[in-house]
Amino acid sequence: MPTAVAIAQLAEYPLDPQRFELLGRLVDGLDASALQWLSGYAAGLAAAQGSAARLAPLAAALAPESATTPFATIVYGSHTGNGRRVAESLATQLSSLGIHARLLRAGEYPLRELVQERRLFVVMSTHGDGDPPDDARAFCDFLFGRRAPKLPSLEYAVLALGDTSYPRYCEIGRRIDERLAGLGATRLYSRMDCDVDYESPAAAWSARAVELLQQVRPATTAERIPVLRPVAAPPAWSREKPFAAELLANQRITVGEGVRDVRHVELSLAGSRLHYEPGDAIGVISENPPETVNAVLVAARLDGTESIERGGERRELADWLAGTLEITRITRPLMAAVAERSASQELAALLQPGREEALRELMRHSQLPDLLERYPADWDAVSLVAALRPMAPRLYSVASSMKEVGEEVHLTVARLDSGGDGSPRPGAASQFLATRADGTAVPVYVEPNPRFRLPADPSRDVIMIGPGTGVAPFRGFIQERAAVGARGRNWLVFGARRFARDFLYQIEWQRALKQGALTRLDLAFSRDGGRRLHVQQRLLEAGRELYDWIENDATIYVCGDATGMAPDVHAALAKIIEQHGGVSAETSRERLDRLGADGRYLRDVY
Amino acid sequence: MGAPDLTPVERIKAASRNLRGTIVESLADPVTGGLREDDQHLLKFHGSYQQDDRDVREERRLAKLEPAYSFMIRTRLPGGVCTPAQWLALDGLAGRYGNETLRLTTRQAFQLHGIIKTDLKRTIAAMNAALVDSIAACGDVNRNVLASPNPYASAVHDEVHGWAVKLSAHLMPRTRAYHEIWLDGEKVAGGEEAEPIYGSTYLPRKFKAAIVVPPQNDVDVLAHDLGFVAIVEGGRLAGFNLTVGGGLGATHGDAATYPRLADLIGFLEPEQLLGVAEAVVTIQRDHGDRTERKHARLKYTIADRGVQWFRAELERRIGFPLEAARPFEFTGSGDRFGWVEGVDGRWHLTLRIEAGRVADRGDRKLRSGLARIAAIHLGEFRLTPNQNLIIAGVPADQRWRIDALVAGYGLDQYRAAPPLARDALACVALPTCPLAMAEAERYLPAASTAIHDLMQKHGVGDEPLLFRISGCPNGCSRPYLAEIALVGKAPGRYNLHLGGARDGTRLNRLYRENVDEPGILAALDPLIGTWAREREPGEAFGDFLHRTGRLAAPAARGAA
Repeated sequence: MPTAVAIAQLAEYPLDPQRFELLGRLVDGLDASALQWLSGYAAGLAAAQGSAARLAPLAAALAPESATTPFATIVYGSHTGNGRRVAESLATQLSSLGIHARLLRAGEYPLRELVQERRLFVVMSTHGDGDPPDDARAFCDFLFGRRAPKLPSLEYAVLALGDTSYPRYCEIGRRIDERLAGLGATRLYSRMDCDVDYESPAAAWSARAVELLQQVRPATTAERIPVLRPVAAPPAWSREKPFAAELLANQRITVGEGVRDVRHVELSLAGSRLHYEPGDAIGVISENPPETVNAVLVAARLDGTESIERGGERRELADWLAGTLEITRITRPLMAAVAERSASQELAALLQPGREEALRELMRHSQLPDLLERYPADWDAVSLVAALRPMAPRLYSVASSMKEVGEEVHLTVARLDSGGDGSPRPGAASQFLATRADGTAVPVYVEPNPRFRLPADPSRDVIMIGPGTGVAPFRGFIQERAAVGARGRNWLVFGARRFARDFLYQIEWQRALKQGALTRLDLAFSRDGGRRLHVQQRLLEAGRELYDWIENDATIYVCGDATGMAPDVHAALAKIIEQHGGVSAETSRERLDRLGADGRYLRDVY
Repeated sequence: MGAPDLTPVERIKAASRNLRGTIVESLADPVTGGLREDDQHLLKFHGSYQQDDRDVREERRLAKLEPAYSFMIRTRLPGGVCTPAQWLALDGLAGRYGNETLRLTTRQAFQLHGIIKTDLKRTIAAMNAALVDSIAACGDVNRNVLASPNPYASAVHDEVHGWAVKLSAHLMPRTRAYHEIWLDGEKVAGGEEAEPIYGSTYLPRKFKAAIVVPPQNDVDVLAHDLGFVAIVEGGRLAGFNLTVGGGLGATHGDAATYPRLADLIGFLEPEQLLGVAEAVVTIQRDHGDRTERKHARLKYTIADRGVQWFRAELERRIGFPLEAARPFEFTGSGDRFGWVEGVDGRWHLTLRIEAGRVADRGDRKLRSGLARIAAIHLGEFRLTPNQNLIIAGVPADQRWRIDALVAGYGLDQYRAAPPLARDALACVALPTCPLAMAEAERYLPAASTAIHDLMQKHGVGDEPLLFRISGCPNGCSRPYLAEIALVGKAPGRYNLHLGGARDGTRLNRLYRENVDEPGILAALDPLIGTWAREREPGEAFGDFLHRTGRLAAPAARGAA
């Protein structure tokens, strides 16, 4: 994120213009850990003001750190932002205790320094079929590969994030943990695996890190650095405290049968001071569909008025189900609970190793009421509430640029109960958004996605591959590029089922082409008779030009389906580089990996 | 002030390299289902209009989708004659690429509707393979040439049809653009082949020609720019009376636009027909108004300069004086339904096709039935200028086979329909016609029923009465010649015109402006009642209104 710009966009700031200009120059180009440190330093100054304590001279504060190995490093690989949040929070806590740990995205970790590392705290999420976040690929490849060094003097701990609805739950965190041990490093304490409701286990893991580091920190540090307050004012709105955004528009943007119901949703951020960049996501705290809540009560033979306590709160069962607990997604622990309670042999068998595919299939196409109907059991309200995990916010890529839409955010939301995708019941957030009337409130927060940003240099070309609702961030990208007058070329590759029915934002792309904001638009429609065309075929057809763009330093962005589209697009890109670059398949794949590591091949897939 | 500017369409034509424009590039653009604006004008010369489904226009706008563009293709079919094989080919294309209907037009042509852009070329190419083209079916050129499909005097019909074919061919544009774009024909170097009749900017506006064989004025010959009235003497074709300057289009609220009946100019021999036609066309090419498209038809050129001027200019161009027009008589303008025997002993069956729409709807499977008939029919089909269909040239011993299919597929509507409904015309209008202001084809059944109910109430339900609906004032269904006409103003609202003649020789008059259905029926009820009570024996509704002075005289207009 261009920090100076972000500061300039805050409505009020307490600096005079000269100092503001100095600050802009100071922070420009600093990486996250430097900013973190600076922020803590400033907070420390603030805390020292008005007290007798004197702050150590800046030079003294810097001296011991700059020349030597970091005292500790926190590295994170994050896809949805949860990992980043945990890592930042840990860094903040340490900083407030005067312990400086450097904080790095896995993608920016200098791999050659690993061998000198003393204390490493890894926060790593797992995606899809046991994959690392895109940004952490190079880190993982290095670590798991043959070039990884022996690490006899390293101490480490791993926090693994995942989602139990996937069979290879927390796989990458587990592999890192085992690999570091295999390389001779010492585990400081055992790995913690977190499901979607990661907050409290992650907090416990972080507390353990803080406790350990406090014991071993150098004595001098505590004397020189005063107690620092938490860095940076926390954002006014968060996952825990979402902003009630007014719904300005909720418009279906597909027509007819045989295509998904896709909504263009516009929310007002007026007065929130929330800021986002194109590429970021918006977290939506939704409610469950009332019909699904009813179906749960019917299937469990409960009437919903039972008063239940959970986490120190007391509510009626129906309230727990409506707004707080996950009932439209199924997790493995929930399956286990249902299996135990129903004593179903079938379900118990599904949970055995080797049945992951079948289990995943069942989880993908079922929601809680389906499970309760299929495996009936004698439920009481207390056990039911205990078996469910808290509802996770749903993340949607922003489909707008604040430079174009001001204090609004636009989203592109596919309703999950439409278009014959096999879901028998509505998805929680898509239903919630699609059925909101104009003027009602939608609880939201901004989930930054710093990995998925436009090039800082506006004269760079971009290639955007986004079929279906994967096109959402690119609407924001193109708005942004037009608003800043970016000179780089913009190439969009879009795919859908039918030209006449789900060509999302068709008239906007036509206008962008006419005005030059979009240089080129390639289309693939899969159900328009004849060939079933997908974006990867269009890429291959345009291989020569695409290769030229890549050679010309274009950045490639891919957004959308992680299981089908993204691997196909990846393969197509590799083939294009192989074919038009005249290199071997292996070299081509390496080249793509390098593009990824260099931030020129970025994916936001889910 | 200098000379007024030419219309934008004149500029587009001039820059089009004889109608090529950038149609090929427009067709290849995958981002839109439409053509570039300039190409939309040029496409008409190739027999196709870009349209969109107006029923879903607003829904799509809100969905950030462009209108549901599709294309109408209109055939060039001189005199409306086609073979069973051609019928089957067009029927198949309607099913494969179109909206599963064929439309028979008041200009004796077929229209295919709902062809999407990516199917347009293959549809036209397939039509061409069946020896049907759409060259100049629309655009600022001579459109499809009409000819009476007269099923009685077959010998004269054949001869007249032959002249219609020759006239159509003679006035065809010479550009190879059609072949290049649709049929992958060889490119003409430079794309600048000469247009000896039209020149590079073609005509100022559309141009319509018709040949009629009295006494049935089924083509409404006086509604055309150029008309030929066949004069049959002693059973043979002696020649034609020439009529010029007819045209029905008008614009609401613009008194400078109006429907006009053609003037009768003189008589010519058959061999003179092509030369005279060419001269009429070139007069309009050179003197028509290219600065205002609403004033660009031949009727305004003649109204502005006078018939005497026109006759002199014509005789100067053909190099000889025309003989005086010979006497003839019209007795009606509708079709005669059912079987008749021609002079050659073959039989002709005229079928009612409501609004010309060949479709399968409910129990009436017209499209399937006619396809079945086409599969066994050994003669030809003739499309009538009243949107109906003649199964022509059936040997006597084959009639029963046709009859069985007609009955089986509900094609015998003409037997049961009251005369008003049987003779009524309606243009396409909503949802596909971009010009429509109100419903026409879709409103025709209900409107016919409502008016017929009034007639029944007054005891005249079995009398003929010429009723036509048009969705806009441009007059595709020739409303200004009907005894009762509705001309669309806005959804559900029409101008009510009354008093045309059943033989197509008198324009009707505006009686009520901008009225809805109750207003229309309230206006008609007393008039039909009075007509039922006070008419002379056999007196038509329109004639009665005129004789009894119930229609205000139209405002005088300054014609020379």
